[in-house]
Amino acid sequence: MVENRPLLTFVQHAVLILGAALFVFPIYLAFVASTHDQVTVARGIPLLPGGEFWNNYSQVLGEGISTAGAPPLSLMLFNSMVMALSITLGKIAISLLSAFAIVYFRFPFRILAFWTIFITLMLPVEVRILPTFEVVASLGMLNSYAGLSIPLIASATATFLFRQFFMTVPDELTEAARIDGAGPMRFFKDILLPLSRTNLAALFVILFIYGWNQYLWPLLVTTDESYYTIVMGIQRMANAGEETPQWHLIMSTAILALLPPVAVIIGMQSLFVRGLVEVEK
Amino acid sequence: MSNISIQSVRKVYPGGVEAIPGLSLEIEAGELCVLVGPSGCGKSTLLRMVAGLEELTEGEIHIAGRKVNNLEPAERDISMVFQNYALYPHMSVRQNMSYGLKNRGQKKDEITRRVAEAARILGLTDYLDRKPRQLSGGQRQRVAMGRAIVREPAAFLFDEPLSNLDAKLRVKTRVEIRDLQQRLATTAIYVTHDQQEAMTLADRLVVMNAGHIEQVGTPMEIYARPASLFVAEFIGSPPMNVIPAAAAPDLAGIANADADLRIGVRPEALRLVENGPLKLTVRVIERLGSTSNIHGVLPDGKTELIASIPGDSVPAPGETVAFEVDTMDLHFFDKQGKRVAT
Repeated sequence: MVENRPLLTFVQHAVLILGAALFVFPIYLAFVASTHDQVTVARGIPLLPGGEFWNNYSQVLGEGISTAGAPPLSLMLFNSMVMALSITLGKIAISLLSAFAIVYFRFPFRILAFWTIFITLMLPVEVRILPTFEVVASLGMLNSYAGLSIPLIASATATFLFRQFFMTVPDELTEAARIDGAGPMRFFKDILLPLSRTNLAALFVILFIYGWNQYLWPLLVTTDESYYTIVMGIQRMANAGEETPQWHLIMSTAILALLPPVAVIIGMQSLFVRGLVEVEK
Repeated sequence: MSNISIQSVRKVYPGGVEAIPGLSLEIEAGELCVLVGPSGCGKSTLLRMVAGLEELTEGEIHIAGRKVNNLEPAERDISMVFQNYALYPHMSVRQNMSYGLKNRGQKKDEITRRVAEAARILGLTDYLDRKPRQLSGGQRQRVAMGRAIVREPAAFLFDEPLSNLDAKLRVKTRVEIRDLQQRLATTAIYVTHDQQEAMTLADRLVVMNAGHIEQVGTPMEIYARPASLFVAEFIGSPPMNVIPAAAAPDLAGIANADADLRIGVRPEALRLVENGPLKLTVRVIERLGSTSNIHGVLPDGKTELIASIPGDSVPAPGETVAFEVDTMDLHFFDKQGKRVAT
């Protein structure tokens, strides 16, 4: 729709800017709080950034917050990264392969297999958390990266998405590849994977954020603080028992916890947009 | 050189639909054999069975003297051009053409040589680094051809390769395909539903209907002596006129013929005369430039007839005109639609 009405343009921009400001303001406040010392923040968060940026950030990254019983932030960031990446890559690998099996191979109970996967969509982590915990505990996977990530890997959503995508790939392409002497796995690697590139990027972003933001599960399976993830770490800092929560440090942590997902989105954005522009089948 | 031998092949799809009830066909080395028929006649199924993309229910297929029933498509030494070209969208033209060779473990310099040669023949040299989406329809078609010829196979299989092109390009590409196939002298099976394409391309034409072969022969044989009413009406444009013997009692002195006999007359065999055995009430005139098609009805009021006459001097709609035809241009078909010898 191409219209040139100055008033309309003005209103549109006003609404957009207002909306954006509404979303950004809390983050701005968190950032401002993270640049002041504890006393200033306790009196009420000022509107302009202060001069304690380096002190606060180096303290949380290097030493952690003594009162919270949490390890330094760098370790928690690393743990979160390991968990989010294992979940993301594991989910993508498993769902790609299972969708490939379901769409391209004729085996007994194929439809049953698909529906079984599909039904697990109705069982998110929170619903199956107790039995899952029981299993993970008896396998001795508490307090390990495996315990943090493996139970969250099987993914119905991603399998379903790839299945739908594979079904839109023309049969002739499969047949041409067969005539060109590509076996199933070579077809998968040379044809299907490159064609799924934009889907992969989209899923990577969604799943990374899903993995990064896991809260309840890490809280359950980790008791050893060297496996704490950052999202649960923030909560522990806020529950500092007798003492006043050190809000300036908590806010620094929150800001740092925001950065990796943002980086992933920005990094993958170009692929997204390219995928949307070049419609190719 | 190779030939393809199709022996008593039968195809039943899961679910019990019998696409091909039993069919045999021999294709000579170096010949371009066109399978033509209406959609659903089993021609594509037959081609796909030769390619190895469909399994045979019964029968045997031999390519170059080798039984291929249980061989993968890649092991059959064939290459195929698909209707929608099936180019790999994420690969450049060069990669598209070399993919099959690479999978076969060909040496790098041999691949480079063959791709360059195919690109030269097809005029694609300047496009080797483009992606398929950056090419026009005709160019994509040629890339699909290129992918087929770099393999230097025993046989080419074409599955309606021209139906996604516009009419003008189709005629041009048709000639190019014919020229290329003759130069390479490679056996080819070509599937189409377009009888004109079939006529112009074929060394041998196979007319199929409902999974059966109606007739096999050179295009001119089939045009001149259609073996059945189906072939008569399918081959030739405009189609052959079919007149119940009763509707044209004066034609060729067969006044006391069997009532079920039907007479076939090609529109171009009819000659406009002052006084002739076929009286036609003109309805519509189609002018094609060098010829004009006259559509009308016979005196019985229901048998429609098309006459194709040269030149510009055509009757006006509503007029009644007379046509004559040589006896040797008449085709007779019995009740079952089989040709009757005269």
